Amino acid sequence: MVNITIDDINADVPENYTILNAAKKLGIEVPTLCFLKELNEVAACRICMVEIEGYNRLSAACNTPVFEGMVVKTHSPRVRKARKANLELILSQHNTACTTCVRSENCSLQTLTKKYNLTETPYRQHVANVIWPQTSPLIRDADKCVSCLRCINVCRTIQGLGVWGLEGVGTRTHVGLSEGRDIFETDCTYCSQCVTHCPVGALHERNDVETVLGFIDDPTLTTVVQVAPAVRTSWAEMLGIPADETSIGYLADALRKVGFTYVFDTSFSADVTIMEEGSELVSRLGNPEATLPMFTSCCPGWIRFVKSQYPQLLPHISTTKSPQQIFGELTKTYLAQKNGLDPAKVRCISIMPCVSKKDEAANTPFVLDPTELEVDAVLTTRELPRLLAAASVDVERLESKGFDDPLGEASGAGFIFGATGGVMEAALRSAYFLVEGTNPDPDAFKAIRGLRGWREGSFTVGGTELKIAIAHGLENARELIEAVLAGTVNYHFIEIMTCPGGCVGGGGQPIIDGKELAEGRAKKLYAEDASVALRFSHENQSVLKAYEEYLEAPFSHKAEHLLHIEYGELLEQCGAKGEDR
Amino acid sequence: MLQAHPHAATEHLVEDVSAQLAAGMPNSCPVEFLASATRMLLSRSCGKCVPCRVGLRALFDLLDAISSFKATEREHALLRATAQLVVETADCAIGVQAAQLVLDGLHTFAADFTSHIEQKVCCDSFQVAVPCVAECPAQVDVPGYIALISVGRYDDAVQLIRKDNPLPVACGLICEHPCEAHCRRGLQDDALNIRGLKRYATVHATTDELPPAAEPTGKTVGIVGGGPAGLTAAHYLRLMGHSVTIFERHEHLGGMLRYGIPSYRLPQEELDRETSLITTGITVKTGVAVGADIDFKELRERFDVVYIANGAQLDKRLGIPGEDAPGVMSAIELLRRNASGDSPDFSGKRVAVVGGGNVAMDAARTAVRLGARAVDIVYRRRQADMTALPVEIEGAIAEGCFLAELYAPIAVETDAQGAVSGLKVAPQIIGAIKDRRAQPRNADTQPVTLHCDIVIVAIGQSIDLSAFESAALPSKWGALIADGHGIIKGHAGIFAGGECVTGPSSAIKAIAAGKAAAAAIDGYLGYKHRISTSLEIPDTIPLEQSTARVSARERSSSDRRSDFKALEITLSTEEAYQESSRCLRCDKHGLGSFEGGRNLSW
Repeated sequence: MVNITIDDINADVPENYTILNAAKKLGIEVPTLCFLKELNEVAACRICMVEIEGYNRLSAACNTPVFEGMVVKTHSPRVRKARKANLELILSQHNTACTTCVRSENCSLQTLTKKYNLTETPYRQHVANVIWPQTSPLIRDADKCVSCLRCINVCRTIQGLGVWGLEGVGTRTHVGLSEGRDIFETDCTYCSQCVTHCPVGALHERNDVETVLGFIDDPTLTTVVQVAPAVRTSWAEMLGIPADETSIGYLADALRKVGFTYVFDTSFSADVTIMEEGSELVSRLGNPEATLPMFTSCCPGWIRFVKSQYPQLLPHISTTKSPQQIFGELTKTYLAQKNGLDPAKVRCISIMPCVSKKDEAANTPFVLDPTELEVDAVLTTRELPRLLAAASVDVERLESKGFDDPLGEASGAGFIFGATGGVMEAALRSAYFLVEGTNPDPDAFKAIRGLRGWREGSFTVGGTELKIAIAHGLENARELIEAVLAGTVNYHFIEIMTCPGGCVGGGGQPIIDGKELAEGRAKKLYAEDASVALRFSHENQSVLKAYEEYLEAPFSHKAEHLLHIEYGELLEQCGAKGEDR
Repeated sequence: MLQAHPHAATEHLVEDVSAQLAAGMPNSCPVEFLASATRMLLSRSCGKCVPCRVGLRALFDLLDAISSFKATEREHALLRATAQLVVETADCAIGVQAAQLVLDGLHTFAADFTSHIEQKVCCDSFQVAVPCVAECPAQVDVPGYIALISVGRYDDAVQLIRKDNPLPVACGLICEHPCEAHCRRGLQDDALNIRGLKRYATVHATTDELPPAAEPTGKTVGIVGGGPAGLTAAHYLRLMGHSVTIFERHEHLGGMLRYGIPSYRLPQEELDRETSLITTGITVKTGVAVGADIDFKELRERFDVVYIANGAQLDKRLGIPGEDAPGVMSAIELLRRNASGDSPDFSGKRVAVVGGGNVAMDAARTAVRLGARAVDIVYRRRQADMTALPVEIEGAIAEGCFLAELYAPIAVETDAQGAVSGLKVAPQIIGAIKDRRAQPRNADTQPVTLHCDIVIVAIGQSIDLSAFESAALPSKWGALIADGHGIIKGHAGIFAGGECVTGPSSAIKAIAAGKAAAAAIDGYLGYKHRISTSLEIPDTIPLEQSTARVSARERSSSDRRSDFKALEITLSTEEAYQESSRCLRCDKHGLGSFEGGRNLSW
């Protein structure tokens, strides 16, 4: 421990602390912009400058270590002026068109600008002018980039990809796609962790709200909206709704008020996924010739990762489509048939915690009419408030209403798809039933929950040992895959989710700068799973009815035709980089 | 009233800017840098003549447009024509030389200009996070070990160095320290004395142990030559679990570190301690010359891999009459004999050393210590043109050597008994500058004789490749052709590195070659072993006050010139602490904090 004084408060702090850590511990706020704990400690923005007694220069609180007897001032006039001047310099290279910015009111630069009383700037504006393909699910507005470098480090550290890099030299140094490529030429998975970690509006999803409004406004169309499990945990975060009015029922009401014909739950098709994927797993396990380990297929960022990094693993990916796509397919087949709709006049819209889902939807044709898509538009959780606002939905006057039938019923197993380990746990619950003929305790596989990057488990099912593993974050996935390829580990079934924490931490989720929200959201999913009576996908009566009325049986010829896909073939269709259609 | 120094303040600015430009890494975009340089130089125009006053401004505008990708081929051509015009028509050197820089730049950086104009991209741009690490051929973690020294963790400092360089004791004394060339502290006051700090750490380390070796692989590597390249490769390959045998022609390990560097610079007992530590677990066959005692073919058959690192130890000859007379010897021969306890007695002799490199200085200073009455260092250019490090030249002068500049040897003169009586030299005049180097030519005067009893030839070394003739390895200009990993194209299983590939060079480059070869050989054998460290590097705050660099003292010249004991006095603890606190910790600041600052393994 060392003894230091910050703003006249004297305290002992651990000697490996920075001034920023120490200030935080003492409850003193030092403003930051580029700093992101453990992910981006680069001391680039120079907003966290403080004064140290005995030193002529100011020091960055984020990368200056404490020392015995250190006396620090974090709010002196000199400090305030320096922070303000650095903000003015940052603003001279920032497009300050805040009115049209998706991050307005949720922007760290805007907050600082207000905090430091900046109503004008003295420097000449030099904003970047870079053309970006607007068809990409992920959009970068270079003129808003503050070069905090978070995107580069997040992509490198969490996802192990390095899509972003530093380009240029000297004062022209800027963030860009490494090697000057365009986004379609990179190995970007569209995970959009760079978006959720961007302090400003330089990175965002493609805005598809107008497309969705166009569907709703067309009286000849039937609009079907599905809501992903993780969205129920986060949709109200940016809306200022009282906590007791944020359950999924209120969202269903809001979406009905937007004007969708049907409001359904993707958790329903998550249950279908389990029926298919569970059967596929049991069948692979029973076949000595089958390709093992089997990997989950519900995460489109993961699929893009496999295509670009480990194409040799494509035969290992479960052929079951993702819940979003199964939902779209069933909407235009089963639902259309059941309710007498013309599939060509049905539009399936999904609300996802994910930007990569936009890419998945655009690249997966409707099986019965490949000129159409299974899912016609995808909105992220962040676009949802804009949709509600555009449709003049008063979020303060919502009531809790249920989903529509028949694609609205879901099990707790379907809910937990939104968290890392959830797909695995849901699959194990049903695989156990498929093999043993009886249900396990629904919490029997609880041990695999958690946030460790790479977890494993071993369960005895039908007298044989089933070895499973879970990874989230692609750098963790890479580590796991390398071990699998090297033969140092051995599993039957592996769940991979691209985003840290799974979909609850997805790249399409609401952003609170500097906060990782996945853990709290995941708790909500597990709590909801624990609170419902229906905990097994194979007991979802609506799912069973869909099989009875339409799909025949899990893995039947019909189900295989509609609900499965060879990812290797998709690779050939879309090109190795999965370019947009 | 007459002002004594009307421009003193500006002079200081010029000094400071020059120093900053020299200290910084030359890593900027050349086009942008040329634009900036032109902008700076045009401020020096007196403003009288049109080409300089208006032309330089126009050159800057054009360069600025090109560097910001706003120009076409038209501006490119206009730039060239305008620069040519200024060179040809400006009234004085201010305009001429500024424009000449642009013309030269258009030629040297032609590819960069093209990429800025045609592709609108900056080619070959590179960012340097930690200059000292980037400049060290072996990529030693300099800020890391300096931080460890500053908190008194000397054992850890040496361990950290050993991750990348197994010869810290030797390098602490004799490294050419390219790490210091662009030390960022030089922007503020002066580069850190990095070598001096390394020396301090090795002197104060209390235990020096090797990390445990990996599981034995059963693979065998034979290494030809026990110099820095061979020792380094052997050491890391051993740590990777391979079975290593070194074949050294001489009686002891060390190569040029032992037989080329006099022990007043690198005491033999220190070298012995280091080589015996790092060859733990390695089979060492000294006194075995590959080629003479064991056939290279046999070696190739006995080992899974052979690494050739036999150095550059053949003498180059002057090719003048009388060179075969007794009393003429090569510097290499002198240094080798001296290191082997077979020193010639130069008592009362007058010695002429021919050459201007570090080896010439070593030979001259060795001759002083062997009792020579007078030592002349004969060089056909000037002192300023010598390739020896300035500190070596100064050391030789301090010990009483005389620099005979601008003399080209033309014959060794002998007396009636055939013994050397003098060196006949042709006086030179320094003349035209070609390729940035002043060229001497014969002056319009008669040859003179420098009287001497001994002539020592130190004009370079060449490589003995005779042992490998049967393998028909590719070579050029008398050196083996191998890539940066030591790989010889078309000869799987044979690697080469160090001076037998590069020609005479520095110890640290040979060490780097050995390290690169170890990684490549490990890969060739089918492994991916990593050499790593788990040391935690402390955070430190750089000394803010501008503070002069501390240099190691040397024993007084009168004291040291009669023995071969170490002449450098290791930094005191007070000096080392002050010096280490000057480190700006580029691993933690600037791009270093973005890139993570260090490689924990290779």
